[in-house]
Amino acid sequence: MRLPCPLCGARDIREFSHMGAALARPDGGDWGPDWNDYLHNRDNPAGQTEELWYHGQGCGGWLVVTRDTVRHEVRGARLAGEGAGA
Amino acid sequence: MADLVEKSPCAGLVPVAAGALRLSEIALGPITSVAPYKGQAAAVAAMLGAQGLGWPAPGQVIAQGAARVQWFGLDLALLIGVAPGAGLADHAALADQSDGWAVLRLEGAGAGDVLARLTPLDLRESIFGVGQTARSDLGHMAAAITRVEAEAYEIMGFRSMAGTLVHEMAAAMTRVAARRTSPAKGR
Ligand SMILES: [Zn+2]
Repeated sequence: MRLPCPLCGARDIREFSHMGAALARPDGGDWGPDWNDYLHNRDNPAGQTEELWYHGQGCGGWLVVTRDTVRHEVRGARLAGEGAGA
Repeated sequence: MADLVEKSPCAGLVPVAAGALRLSEIALGPITSVAPYKGQAAAVAAMLGAQGLGWPAPGQVIAQGAARVQWFGLDLALLIGVAPGAGLADHAALADQSDGWAVLRLEGAGAGDVLARLTPLDLRESIFGVGQTARSDLGHMAAAITRVEAEAYEIMGFRSMAGTLVHEMAAAMTRVAARRTSPAKGR
């Protein structure tokens, strides 16, 4: 599996660490259902997912990778700093 | 007063030779990491530009005589061979890393085959041509690899891992050289 780092180009999976689902951070700092979902609850979608991957053995960037868990197709990646979350 | 002797990171470890392959150490002089502060990228690029350099695109090395700026990661570059200009510290976080890196040169026919045993980088000329630099994995160590000629690479590894780095590279060189001189021709 290779991931298309926007800076480094297509790179081998061993350069990356998986950092979980890429979720939109809730607004505000008050506890509520939004924060509970953000911290504890995860979907397990069959199909398109957005995940965070850290390119630690490369440029050091955090990426949002769009991937299909059914077809094992990697559709693209962007820098998380340019907007994370679905 | 103690008489301190400066030792290079790979002193006593190199040179290594195997067939047509050579591994030697390079002294780059001053190495400073440059990480522009938020919103200061253009100012940093202009200041480096005034030195005949500039801000490198991903994978790029900008050289000017003995000085160069080497892309080193997301919003990070190394200024090599020259001290940072006055005022650069106002726009970027600078760190002197001169003594932190072991720098090796691997050259000779089959140099790419040696690296292919150690790194997942795509080393094909169309992807990683002369002048390109990359951060990647080399024998499970963090490294920066720069292609300086068709069959010559410059490799930067952590000084603390210089012994392992040379060991891994020497083993791969020996194996590639053995393959190349073996009567049963192969890679
Ligand atoms: Zn990268």
